[in-house]
Amino acid sequence: MGQARLVSLQEVTLKIVTCIKQVPDAEAKINLENGKVSWGDSPLVINPFDEYAVEAALQQKDKHGATVLAICIGPESAKEALKHALAMGADEAILISDPTLENLDAQGAAQVLAAAIRKIGDADMVIFGRQSIDSGTGLTPAQTARRLGWPLLSLAGSIELQNGQVSVERVIEEGRQIVRAALPAVLSVVQSIGEPRYPSFMGIRKASRAVIPTWTLADLGISAPEPVLEQRELLAPPSREQPCEFIEGETVEEIAEKLVEKILAEKVL
Amino acid sequence: MDFSLSPEHQMVQKMVREFAQKEVAPVIREYDRRQEPIPWVLQRMGELGLLGISFPVRYGGQGMDYISLGLACEELEAVDSTLRVVMSVHVGLCGLTLLQWGTEEQKRRFLTPLAKGEKIGCGAFSEPGMGSDVAAMRTSARREGDYYILNGEKMWISLASKADFALVTARTNPNAAKPSEGLSTFLVDLHSEGITRGDLHGKMGMRAGSTGWIHFQDVRVPVENRIGEEGEGFKITMSAFDHGRYTVAAGATGVIRAALEASTRYARERVTFGKPIAEHQLIQQKIAAMLTDYEIARLLYWQVGWLKNQGRRCTRETSIAKKFATEAAFRAANEAIQVHGAYGYIDEYDMERHLRNIRATIIYEGSSEIQTLIQAGYALGTRQDKPLRCEAPAYDAEEWAKPA
Repeated sequence: MGQARLVSLQEVTLKIVTCIKQVPDAEAKINLENGKVSWGDSPLVINPFDEYAVEAALQQKDKHGATVLAICIGPESAKEALKHALAMGADEAILISDPTLENLDAQGAAQVLAAAIRKIGDADMVIFGRQSIDSGTGLTPAQTARRLGWPLLSLAGSIELQNGQVSVERVIEEGRQIVRAALPAVLSVVQSIGEPRYPSFMGIRKASRAVIPTWTLADLGISAPEPVLEQRELLAPPSREQPCEFIEGETVEEIAEKLVEKILAEKVL
Repeated sequence: MDFSLSPEHQMVQKMVREFAQKEVAPVIREYDRRQEPIPWVLQRMGELGLLGISFPVRYGGQGMDYISLGLACEELEAVDSTLRVVMSVHVGLCGLTLLQWGTEEQKRRFLTPLAKGEKIGCGAFSEPGMGSDVAAMRTSARREGDYYILNGEKMWISLASKADFALVTARTNPNAAKPSEGLSTFLVDLHSEGITRGDLHGKMGMRAGSTGWIHFQDVRVPVENRIGEEGEGFKITMSAFDHGRYTVAAGATGVIRAALEASTRYARERVTFGKPIAEHQLIQQKIAAMLTDYEIARLLYWQVGWLKNQGRRCTRETSIAKKFATEAAFRAANEAIQVHGAYGYIDEYDMERHLRNIRATIIYEGSSEIQTLIQAGYALGTRQDKPLRCEAPAYDAEEWAKPA
């Protein structure tokens, strides 16, 4: 369990861990081939929502001074996503890679990430993007918080730090909600946090020369998490016919009349 | 031999592409129509470090190499030529020429604010009566004590109305045995007394860019602003063109790519005679030509970037790259319009703008005719590069990354 570290921001440098994932590019065409999801030769990129997580961490670094670490579970190629975080301005990056970690579910990922965060030690905040764009469960932040025994402040649109407390404005369906917690805490952020910055040239130089350490499960002192999800079968969603019809008429009133009839006939309302 | 881009180069490419595509592409059409520069673009390019990309960190730059500069130009011009023009005149003509010819003191005073993006620089060489014929320059600089007094007019100057500094070549010795030996180059503060300047309108292309004139009426320029020795102005101007032409070559390569990408996309979508036009061989022929030209233009400018990184003289290779890429870009934009049919002719698509923009590059920074003569000169042995008192510095990754 994470031990609450009462930070006075003036005295101790804040340590922020961002958890990122490498995913297929958002424009990739996803297919099902031989029971497996494939995205062709489309490039792998940092999960777009996680760029906001890195941005959120860097904003706190700009404001209060902080060490920002980026961690990622994935194969060797996932170092590219970590390099993107470094180029944006993260200070350090760690890859967690292990042959046993294929087909990891959110519970398993949380277990591995929590172990890595404990091994890093002294983290004040762990920041996630709201969800990944591939599996998209949005469960990992909450499960990681549970594993660490830290409070979860999810869907944060802005973050304030004061006297060892973090206060966030959550962007939720019902509106805005302000919640506060003592550090350390786990956060997930949404786009309102601000557009992710581009990598800087200095960051690019640093990232391209960085040697990113790889931690295995043995380094974390854990065994491969047991999957809690069982995948019976993968199915491609059935393709949907979306006919497009232009409604014409002499006047706006006539078009509106026809549109209303259409809506009622199609039982849209 | 290694033709691959380093991870660093790839990241530069991606970063500049994202900026140009995300921030500039959505608004460029509107500014081009209004013939107005995008008001925030210089500041934004400064914030991103583009204005100092290939200068040593100790002079306020980003410490990247010359290939990175080329890659940035390609990405910028793939969206609009006016973005690349900023790089050509601020980084190429002005900044890199200061890096090559300036004294330590001049680099500290003039290059550093340019590299940091605090000041904007341009190059002022052409006049109403001369362009490629540099030795025919009429603007005069008369020495009076610790000052030179500048009189004359420069024309077709990119960023004339926006820049803070201009590298200006003028005649200091009207009696020199050879006219080219009577020229000297100065770093002129464009906010000085006696300077009037303005923008030209009605250009065929580059409409979201600033192109103008600068008039000098008894402008007092301190002696310490003279770059190089008296009489070295011709050589310094030629060095400036070497740097500028490299950025033009790399940028034009971006237009070929834009034409290729737009054409392949459209050819797959557009159907005529019952099949996508991509299946018609005459369309394939156009696309194949664009692809080939893109590859050639890219290899040529990469070669120049590599030679510049080595600190080797590359006037010849730069001239080849510039002529080939600009002419190929014009062809590619023209053929891309043909692929798009009537849609290519209206500004709803980008190709007509690219065509109008790129036409200028076949004229400026040494017209294609001048480049042809340069190449013939090298081939026939009538032209040789003599060593310069100040050669362009090689790229040194470690040295360039060192703080001030």
